[in-house]
Amino acid sequence: MIVEAKSAQFDTIALESGASLSPVEVAYETWGHLNAERSNAILITHAFTGDAHAAGISHENGRPGWWDNMIGPGKAFDTDRYFVICSNVLGGCQGTTGPGSINPATGRPYAMSFPVITIRDMVRLQKMLIDHIGIPMLLCVAGGSMGGMQALEWAVSYPEMVRCAIPLVTTWRHSAQQIAFNEVGRQAIMADPDWCGGDYYDKKPPARGLSVARMIGHITYMSDESMREKFGRKLRDKEKVGFDFGVDFEVESYLRYRGNQFVGRFDANSYLYITKAEDYFDLTNGTGRLVDAFQKDDAFTKVDTRFLIISFTSDWLYPSYQSQEIVRVLRRINGDVAYCDLQSNYGHDAFLVDIAEQSEIVRGFLDSTARIARAA
Amino acid sequence: MVREPVTLTERPDFHVIGEIIQPGSKVLDLGCGEGELLAWLVENKNVLARGVEISPAQVRKAIARGVSVYQGDIDEGLADYPDKAFDYVILSQTLQETRSPLQVLKEMLRVGRQAIISFPNFGHWTVRAAMLFTGQAPKTKLFPYNWYNSPNIHFLSINDFEDLCRENGFRIERRDFLAGARKVRLLPNLLGKTAVFLVG
Repeated sequence: MIVEAKSAQFDTIALESGASLSPVEVAYETWGHLNAERSNAILITHAFTGDAHAAGISHENGRPGWWDNMIGPGKAFDTDRYFVICSNVLGGCQGTTGPGSINPATGRPYAMSFPVITIRDMVRLQKMLIDHIGIPMLLCVAGGSMGGMQALEWAVSYPEMVRCAIPLVTTWRHSAQQIAFNEVGRQAIMADPDWCGGDYYDKKPPARGLSVARMIGHITYMSDESMREKFGRKLRDKEKVGFDFGVDFEVESYLRYRGNQFVGRFDANSYLYITKAEDYFDLTNGTGRLVDAFQKDDAFTKVDTRFLIISFTSDWLYPSYQSQEIVRVLRRINGDVAYCDLQSNYGHDAFLVDIAEQSEIVRGFLDSTARIARAA
Repeated sequence: MVREPVTLTERPDFHVIGEIIQPGSKVLDLGCGEGELLAWLVENKNVLARGVEISPAQVRKAIARGVSVYQGDIDEGLADYPDKAFDYVILSQTLQETRSPLQVLKEMLRVGRQAIISFPNFGHWTVRAAMLFTGQAPKTKLFPYNWYNSPNIHFLSINDFEDLCRENGFRIERRDFLAGARKVRLLPNLLGKTAVFLVG
């Protein structure tokens, strides 16, 4: 399945901070066909370093999509039945306007003059895209991690447009530990002399800082058990340790490889802006009253959106209790919520790699939602 | 996706529960397993269905079946629901497995207008006979487990349940006693294998 990158441009977007961006461009891809009733559209929202290329083989570079095991003909998000859309987030560096884009006012990249953006701003831009494509109501918004935050934000900001939401391995607000890891990543980038206050676009990028940030990220996406299984204390191309500070262990080699590879495809300033958006994320705007977020107007507002929430037992970056908090609140307002804490050793990455059970659940949940939609 | 039609052949108490539940009502099934009963009620009675189940494997199957089930513990899982959120709260063949049965019954009647409770009758003659003749923890068709691996942690007969309802002011609005699919009218506490109560 070959897919082509598409893009849409809008004159302006008003941001939560009060600033605005003009113009703004959004890169997206689609799979499957929109039906005549325009009722089978699913928006996939990507995680932190993801992009619009969620499935199929890229026409531009031949790479498979980051959720190709979940999206496609006969897969959980079955493109024979559903019209699936995924766009790169605002602030990103894979075709959507971000700090590396040219500021039309100066003719130079925005760099750190790019306004601070939020998860809500990302969702607002997705809403503009969905309106632009001409979809009155999404059958589903689904995503994991930061993608899950966007799915939750959709359900809260535009409940009338979301028949069901599938927030996976996510939270309704970033915890101190999550903010802490992001801050270490940001500091690694900003401590790299090549960062130059963000003005590195005509020079070499802060590759060392960005690579260290990515290494930390990778550790948090795995689990003690998955690292033990994958690497143990295996040495890299040697029989015994070298008594120097070259690469001794497999795990060191892996992290360095992942770090270096990341530098080639990700912009350091996007890393700063997107992690900031994650850290600012709080579905309750600081009140801590999650019930009010889902039930804005009065106590009798009906919450029609169905929710499927999934966590994984070994995910310590977005622990199961964060998903369970959302489930409990939805129950309190008698919302339609299905929840499962799936067993996996893969840590936070489980939603990307350990997908057999996740597929079974998502497929059935989407099928029943489509049935309810037809009956309505 | 091809869906198999939902049938209730395996569990006779499901038939009685199916008779009791009014079309279009709001139903919560505690310990709903793979969601067979809820799926049947959705298809045949157009109910709004919710379920709670502790086993992740069963939760998975229930959600895949299209029923909104969440993984959780019945003993503590009801606290979040508002009063009278449901028309019926069902506890099918699970009361004897809960840690605090009385607390669960009270919670069921708080979140539901009515509660439907079914359980295997520990007063059935086969259980009495097994105990009498072997002098050991009874192991019968109705209670097939060994004492050390049984999920049943409280044993109650039909008469025990009626006593509990009387002592706590629960109003029994309907009672059905079954032996297989057959309804038992004579000496239910001796001859009934499964009891189904509608409590208000």
